[in-house]
Amino acid sequence: MSLTILNAVIAVVAAIAFAAINAAYLVWAERRGAGRIQRRPGPNVNGPFGLLQPPCDGIKLMAKQLMIPGGADKALFMVAPVLAMAPAIMSFVTIPFSDTIVAHSMNIGVLMIFAFASMGAMAILLAGWGSRSKYAVMASVRAVSQNISYEIPMLITVITIVMMTGTMNLAEMVASQTGGIWHWNIVPSLSSPLMPVSFLLFFICALAETNRAPFDLGEAESELVAGFHTEYGSMGFGLFFMGEYANIVIGASLITILFLGGWGCPLGLYPGVWWFLLKIYLLIFSFIWIRWTFPRTTIYGLLNLSWKILIPISLFNLLLTAGLLKVF
Amino acid sequence: MTNDNVKQALRDLFPDPEPVVEAATDAEAEGDKKKPAGKKEEPRINGLIERDHAVHGYDIDVQLDPGELLAAVMIINKAGFFIESITGVDWIKEEQLEVVYDFSRYDFDTCRIVIRTRTPRSEPKVPTISKIYPGANWHERETHDFFGIKFDGHPHLIPLLLPEDADFHPLLKDFKP
Amino acid sequence: MSGPIHIRPDETFTLNVGPQHPATHGVLRVKMEMDGEYIVKAETVLGYIHRMHELMGENRTYPQVLPNLSRLDYLGALGYTHGHVLVIERAAGIEVPERAEYIRAITVELNRIASHLFWFGAFVMDLGGFTPLMYAIQDREHILDLLEAVTGSRLTYCYYRFGGLYNDVDDDFIAATKAVIPMLRKSLKKYDALVTGNIIFMKRLEGIGPISAEMCRKYGATGPVARGAGIDFDVRKNEPYSVYPEFDFDVPVYHECDSLARYKVRMDEMEQSLRIIEQGIEKLPDGPIMPKKKPKLIKPPKGDYYQAVETARGSFGIRIVSDGTKNAYRFKLRSPTYSNMSLFDEACEGMMIMDALAMMGSLDLVIPEIDR
Repeated sequence: MSLTILNAVIAVVAAIAFAAINAAYLVWAERRGAGRIQRRPGPNVNGPFGLLQPPCDGIKLMAKQLMIPGGADKALFMVAPVLAMAPAIMSFVTIPFSDTIVAHSMNIGVLMIFAFASMGAMAILLAGWGSRSKYAVMASVRAVSQNISYEIPMLITVITIVMMTGTMNLAEMVASQTGGIWHWNIVPSLSSPLMPVSFLLFFICALAETNRAPFDLGEAESELVAGFHTEYGSMGFGLFFMGEYANIVIGASLITILFLGGWGCPLGLYPGVWWFLLKIYLLIFSFIWIRWTFPRTTIYGLLNLSWKILIPISLFNLLLTAGLLKVF
Repeated sequence: MTNDNVKQALRDLFPDPEPVVEAATDAEAEGDKKKPAGKKEEPRINGLIERDHAVHGYDIDVQLDPGELLAAVMIINKAGFFIESITGVDWIKEEQLEVVYDFSRYDFDTCRIVIRTRTPRSEPKVPTISKIYPGANWHERETHDFFGIKFDGHPHLIPLLLPEDADFHPLLKDFKP
Repeated sequence: MSGPIHIRPDETFTLNVGPQHPATHGVLRVKMEMDGEYIVKAETVLGYIHRMHELMGENRTYPQVLPNLSRLDYLGALGYTHGHVLVIERAAGIEVPERAEYIRAITVELNRIASHLFWFGAFVMDLGGFTPLMYAIQDREHILDLLEAVTGSRLTYCYYRFGGLYNDVDDDFIAATKAVIPMLRKSLKKYDALVTGNIIFMKRLEGIGPISAEMCRKYGATGPVARGAGIDFDVRKNEPYSVYPEFDFDVPVYHECDSLARYKVRMDEMEQSLRIIEQGIEKLPDGPIMPKKKPKLIKPPKGDYYQAVETARGSFGIRIVSDGTKNAYRFKLRSPTYSNMSLFDEACEGMMIMDALAMMGSLDLVIPEIDR
């Protein structure tokens, strides 16, 4: 009994550590990647390749005074960053890195991740509302409307996959895709001919859900200064920052699990955690790549994209798959 | 430099609303009135003078009373000129403030018209042209900042470049910082 | 986005964009009355970097005030000093040697490209794309290096003198300029591929921020803003000065009146400036760079002199009322951005804030030049 509790604690701590290390070092990767894209070195002073930059940043952020603007709602203001980071970490608990490495395998893993992901919108709303700044309020309203509009096509796509695999357990979803690239969900099959489109759609939604450029309307720095975290400094800002990167890892993991066969090898050989990590980091790199290449969309362009294009396509795909599953 | 058509149109247009401006004075005033070699300066008589673009950078130089300003600007507006700038000059010796309006054209027949009007220094007052040219709004506010010239009917005559509570006019010649 | 906007005046709030705001590129402040994301009314508040250059122009002698002109617009400073030397040369009747005129044209055009490049980067950054700024700055660096070699400074040039230049260009400058031109051409093509063809970029600018020709006229907008509204107006062509009549170049005009048109005008202008530089180097005559006969003390005769030049931002006018002494009696600067910005209040009404700020970016604001 006590051993299982210990096991669970170790698993959860490992998940948190993975999230935290990823969040810290993705900042480094993002800055190095941006530097490479923009023909400049990026952080390269602290440690080899600037690898000590994230701990330095962390120490700096933690050493700073936490300023609360006058007239702000203190409780909400303090809670919001925690609420941004905590659900992101919690989601890691159920993500299977390989057939053995998973903190807690759940039957409703997909549902849990989306339940926690939608709490991210709450954090942004509270941050915007609590900091009593017009820019923050406008940004949080934007971010929440964006999150809501993109959760719908995302979930519809997930339902399609759940129908195909017949499970909501993430590990079982991966298991159903084992045996090489032609078994992955991204590859169109007779019963689901539109899967590549779904993948693209899910990818766009994941970008939008994580508030990344070109959908970073919540922190549109040239319009709304810094968006919902305008008033945050010190570790409050740090938590938002880390939460964003943790969310990126979750988004990439979900895409990998749902579409790219999780820990499976493209050729069906040597499945293992390395394949999973390789896939998510490739996806994360493409996130970074997109961010530093594209300008920002407009809020109405963003909402139009979701409601007029993505949702109809995902609904059509759902119906088509449902029908074809009956046939084949 | 100037297209003859434009010039002619303006010549025709000017005496109409301003019968005060005598055509005869125009002809006599041709050339540079500003340089009466060595003699004592006499105030310029209202009227239209043609200038050499190569020397002065503008073609038509009109001086009129503040009361006739709106009529003249309306003519210029109708002729399709754009507003370039409005500024003031402080002629402290003559106890007068001059307001200078520059208008120019977008088409290839560049013709810059300068309109000058003088107003007493003790109570400087000129009608606003921001109703005709909305762009004059800022220029007039700036002129009000620097010279204290009141633009009658201006919708929003508060300091533009100077601080909000500025009660000084730095370009007046008797301004002491 | 167009469409009916239902404004409930009791539900608006005031948003202060600036004086410290990333989109204003300086210390400009726009008080916006907002209805959600829509702008109901905007009022620009200026003067945060007002330095009263016009009074300095009256207090100092003509040569002393020359460095002031390059503090107006820190991106395209040469155009402004060019205006000043031209108006003094016009007033005092100083002849300028041909070689000096050509070098002036070459350096002004180089500066114009540098200014447009920086604008390009900053504008795309306004739209959320950060990377082009780095590319543009890198290209601009080559031009700044060229100009530094001849003028001695990188930003606030004081290179022109009444009647000529501070020093002559050498063969190295000519060779380096010749090398930079094809490099810039290549970069311009790359920008076109990277930015202009981008669907998000197009969607954000096409049909957004309309500024009509009539509006330009009423507000006195010049430069790329007017040319983006279909007005074929360029002081270099309309009111030729210096040696510009000798050059063969086009004035890019777009009739769409939107932010994209203004963007395209500036991108095309860089190409035209490159053409001018090429021709200038080709035709560059030998000879002195300062006139043989030049008055020791600059004392223009009594009178009122005006000179317009085409700077990177539009028609810059400088008026000097001389009373025959070594100081100007009145020194008026007509800055192009001042007029271009004045139409923003009217143009942005009813727009969404992000479109309005994109339009503001397309006006190419340099705040010290507005405030003077």
